[in-house]
Amino acid sequence: MTTTITTGAGATPRPTVRPSRPGRGQRWARRAPLLPALVFAIVVTQLPFLFTLYLSTQSWNVLRPGSREFIGLANYGRVLTDERLRAALVNTVVLTASSVILSVLLGLGLAILLDRKFPGRGIVRTLLITPFLVMPMAAALLWKHAIYNPSYGLINGILGGSTDWVSQYPMVSVVAALVWQWTPFMMLIILAGLQGQSLETLEAARVDGAGPWQTFTRVTLPYLRPYLELGALLGSIYLVQTFDAVFTITQGGPGRATTNLPYEIYLTTFRKFEYGEAAAAGVVVVIGTIIVATFALRVISSLFRMEDAR
Amino acid sequence: MTALRQRAAGATRRRTAGPARRSNGVTGAAWTVLAWLAGLLFFLPVLWMVLTGFKREVDAASNPPSWFFTPVLDGYRQVFDRDITPYLLNSAMASLLSTLLVLLLATPAAYALSIRPVAKWRDVLFFFISTKMLPVVAALLPIYLLVKELGMLDNIWTMVVLYTAMNLPLAVWMMRSFLLEVPPALIEAAAMDGANLFVTIRRILLPIVAPGLAATALICFIFSWNEFFFAVNLTATRAGTSPIFLVGFITSEGLFLARLCAAATIVSLPVVLAGWIAQKQLVRGLSMGAVK
Repeated sequence: MTTTITTGAGATPRPTVRPSRPGRGQRWARRAPLLPALVFAIVVTQLPFLFTLYLSTQSWNVLRPGSREFIGLANYGRVLTDERLRAALVNTVVLTASSVILSVLLGLGLAILLDRKFPGRGIVRTLLITPFLVMPMAAALLWKHAIYNPSYGLINGILGGSTDWVSQYPMVSVVAALVWQWTPFMMLIILAGLQGQSLETLEAARVDGAGPWQTFTRVTLPYLRPYLELGALLGSIYLVQTFDAVFTITQGGPGRATTNLPYEIYLTTFRKFEYGEAAAAGVVVVIGTIIVATFALRVISSLFRMEDAR
Repeated sequence: MTALRQRAAGATRRRTAGPARRSNGVTGAAWTVLAWLAGLLFFLPVLWMVLTGFKREVDAASNPPSWFFTPVLDGYRQVFDRDITPYLLNSAMASLLSTLLVLLLATPAAYALSIRPVAKWRDVLFFFISTKMLPVVAALLPIYLLVKELGMLDNIWTMVVLYTAMNLPLAVWMMRSFLLEVPPALIEAAAMDGANLFVTIRRILLPIVAPGLAATALICFIFSWNEFFFAVNLTATRAGTSPIFLVGFITSEGLFLARLCAAATIVSLPVVLAGWIAQKQLVRGLSMGAVK
């Protein structure tokens, strides 16, 4: 990353000799506007993490006063061998992956539907983006009580029967509510991509005798790839942290069927008050995130180069 | 599958601005119907929420659900009886102040990452985005303990600071993408004319990036208005925000669906309206400026 600095707009060429005094002054003049934001971000987001590292070495449960002591890495041993945390990890992956994939696919379909002129297109677009704008907490409560409720919910009201959707299909219930909220997000990004597609390419494909389906898979999809990646990446960043929907719709249950990592760590912290364990779990999650994020950042980085090349 | 051809035709119209022909024929109509159905299906839960808010509690819990009923304001009356107002004010204060703070911090930072970039601007940009990827849940415990130690639990300023940190990376990325659109020649010309930094910012940069500032503000407002995780763990009665009001509304005894839907409608309204009005800016904001 650091080797390709010179591509930036107006980036000064690095002098090979040691900078003279005014040069240094100028460098600080350039840095000055950046510093408040940088310092703020470091203080609020990085320092707590250091504190988490320290807490993770403590045996500390608030329910047992005076029990706080240094226990080294014992919390990590407990966390890594813990069944619950492994289950939560699996749930997180299932929840995130299925919501992201489904909402990208649905978003792609809707974007294609909207990428042509028809009566009321603006209205349909407005209707479609609304789920994303509804407060996530309101949406979760709405799905739980007004839609999934076995005796007066909308689904059973329309389909009949008295299925208890949340307890019979807990994961599906959570994922469906999330997909409903995130499909509009994906649609907006993909639609913007579709509308930027050059017409000449499509025309050329048609002249060359490509059918609509071939044009779609060979020309449009490859062209849309960065948009799909961007949507999936940003969606994952938010969805991996899903809390509202789990907290409201299933409370992580039945049993632990829908307990994801954020909810599990929340329980460890504020229901069991195992501060040390919660901190260690937090550190493990952060390390996992760093590994995943390294790949994600590579994707962003390639998008970024594309933007520079334009 | 013919949609693609029509799509292409539609795109031609957009670009050449020729006479607006609508796609004719049975297939065209079928696609239109499908698009409308999809739109209505996605909107149905929202519509249901709004409708239920105007029902009596008995009607709201009827089986099968009632589509036709005499609308009443009982739900809304109860929401205001339970005093939703302080929660709405808390939400407004936390969202608006943090948005303002984010813009004040992010705009100069974006300037130092685009127009007059610092040496390692790329690394700095990636540092900002990496803080967005850090799971909030890992920071909850230290933040909780720290806030408790400072005596700042259940304090709206705590939320302002946290929401500022939450939205800062987004805003830096967005503002950078808007600032990159300012033609460098314009800034050079201003410098030639002897305009100082302040004048350059006010006369040249600000008019060009004003829409960008608005888009960034919209996104920051949406995310902080809707935030629940920090709010539920760090606030209670004094600094509780609107989602906290919603959660406290659920009772185990008695019927509550109508008033819950009324409350959900009220708290969702500001963001829904803002998003409807600013649809264009929404796309760019959500993609952190990457999609124009």
